Amino acid sequence: MSIAVQHVYKRFGEFVALDDVSIGVPDGSLTALLGPSGSGKSTLLRVIAGLEQPDTGTVCIEGTNATTLPAQKRDVGFVFQHYAAFKHMTVWENVAFGLKIRKRTKPEIARRVEELLELVQLAGLAERYPTQLSGGQRQRMALARALAVEPKVLLLDEPFGALDARVRKDLRIWLRRLHDDVHVTTIFVTHDQEEAMDVAEQIVVMNDGKVEQVGEPRDLYEHPANEFVMSFVGPVNRLGKELVRPHDIEVMLEPNGTTEEAMIDRIVHLGFEVRVEFTLKDGSEAWSQLTREAADHLELEQGQIVYVRRARARVFS
Amino acid sequence: MTPSRVSRITLRTVALGYLAVLLAAPVGLVFYRTFEHGFGPAWQAVTTPEALHAFWLTILMVLVAVPANTVFGVITAIALVRHRFPGRALLNAAIDLPFAVSPVVIGLALILVYGEGGWFGSWLADHGIQVIFATPGMILATMFVSLPFVVREVMPVLREIGTEQEQAASTLGASSFQTFWRITLPAIRWALTYGVVLATARALGEFGAVSVVSGKLQGQTETATLFVEQRFHQFDLTGAYAASFVLAMLAIATLLSMNLANRRKRVAS
Repeated sequence: MSIAVQHVYKRFGEFVALDDVSIGVPDGSLTALLGPSGSGKSTLLRVIAGLEQPDTGTVCIEGTNATTLPAQKRDVGFVFQHYAAFKHMTVWENVAFGLKIRKRTKPEIARRVEELLELVQLAGLAERYPTQLSGGQRQRMALARALAVEPKVLLLDEPFGALDARVRKDLRIWLRRLHDDVHVTTIFVTHDQEEAMDVAEQIVVMNDGKVEQVGEPRDLYEHPANEFVMSFVGPVNRLGKELVRPHDIEVMLEPNGTTEEAMIDRIVHLGFEVRVEFTLKDGSEAWSQLTREAADHLELEQGQIVYVRRARARVFS
Repeated sequence: MTPSRVSRITLRTVALGYLAVLLAAPVGLVFYRTFEHGFGPAWQAVTTPEALHAFWLTILMVLVAVPANTVFGVITAIALVRHRFPGRALLNAAIDLPFAVSPVVIGLALILVYGEGGWFGSWLADHGIQVIFATPGMILATMFVSLPFVVREVMPVLREIGTEQEQAASTLGASSFQTFWRITLPAIRWALTYGVVLATARALGEFGAVSVVSGKLQGQTETATLFVEQRFHQFDLTGAYAASFVLAMLAIATLLSMNLANRRKRVAS
């Protein structure tokens, strides 16, 4: 394990941010901390970085107990949601900062900075100031700055949170490729389940300061440990005590003994996906996710009576 | 919405007229009067030993009070913005005291504390240190009146820049001092400069508090402003105007040198 967090508690006044949190992050992996705001995921990342001190518990980085080490001595790269660019320095100077602090020789610094600017595709913008860059460029600069000192771990706090949707998608694909190249143990915080699933090899789902489940993206989706995880990592219908994913609700035109009657309230076309919203006989509302082809084949209409079957439903105690 | 041509011209006329009546005209008149009888008499008036001593004393006030208040100002601003401690609100309020209290009252307060019969007066006298009616008292008075400028200019900027850049620096291996020197200080540079300029101007022009604690001993405890007053009362108008002119020039020189120093390191934005 590259990072081992054990039994960490952290309070801010009356608010319990982390409640007995333990996680392990394998060497060279890309892990996401996923959860709603206030779930403690950012606090956990800051505890690992040394930007917050846990009240109790330990943090080990590459086998050494780092709990009492200040951030300065932990050898971690940290990327902030709002970039934390050094505004009075050029892109080049920003990336060189950690190397200058470590008193590397001038030619060594120059070589390393060139290399990193190449890596993050900012080679032509070395003399610009952060205010002259777009959000995506600033975040890539921040990433280069963090990577320059060859940290043991790279920590990213909602790295794409301040960017618009398209740049965000581009950057997360780019981050995953970068990780394939650089292989530094990486943890990133996000509240966006799609982002976590898209980028991470391992996801830690957090809620109310506790770890709800740890697993690979597909694992979490297919075998959620509890109701919270199931509803957080994907859309869900709640029918009585049962939780059903919308794509696990089949829509048929004829009853077949395992179906129940439903009336279509609304049909929403979202390109490839079609959402069919309906009401069951007992008055409960739900929706089914169909492909466009399937929906076209059934020739569904608003107000129509159809028969639905829950292909896979879950009950959590 | 763009203002119409008429309202734009009106606005400018009002602003410039106001400046002209209140600022440019009186200061211009002082300049005019200084050189009314040519350069010679003005030069003579400001190079008498008495005048030179007065200027030196004023510069000494600035040289002690401004650096002291700059260092104190930055430390206090950081403490007030970045930390929570008991008495913080009180300290924050106390910083403004020199703005609120009349300089004459400040002078009197210093006499009450350090003068004969004051709290520390007899102790200081026993050790042969004279504060009141001497240079130390005048420096204290100048420090007091020029205290809030740096703190008040730096605080809002510190608040605005936040702590993320500093945290980023620390994760990159910078010590607290390196972080302060390379990140915080450059970020507050403009505000700090402005605070220093204001404090310098205030220290150069201080009259009331220094007047009270100085005793106005000619050639001993007379700063440039006191010298101007003294010349004026003795109907030496050329001396008064010439000394005023030098004071104004000192203030302008401070402004310009600060501006130049910053322009060299100017950040493109």
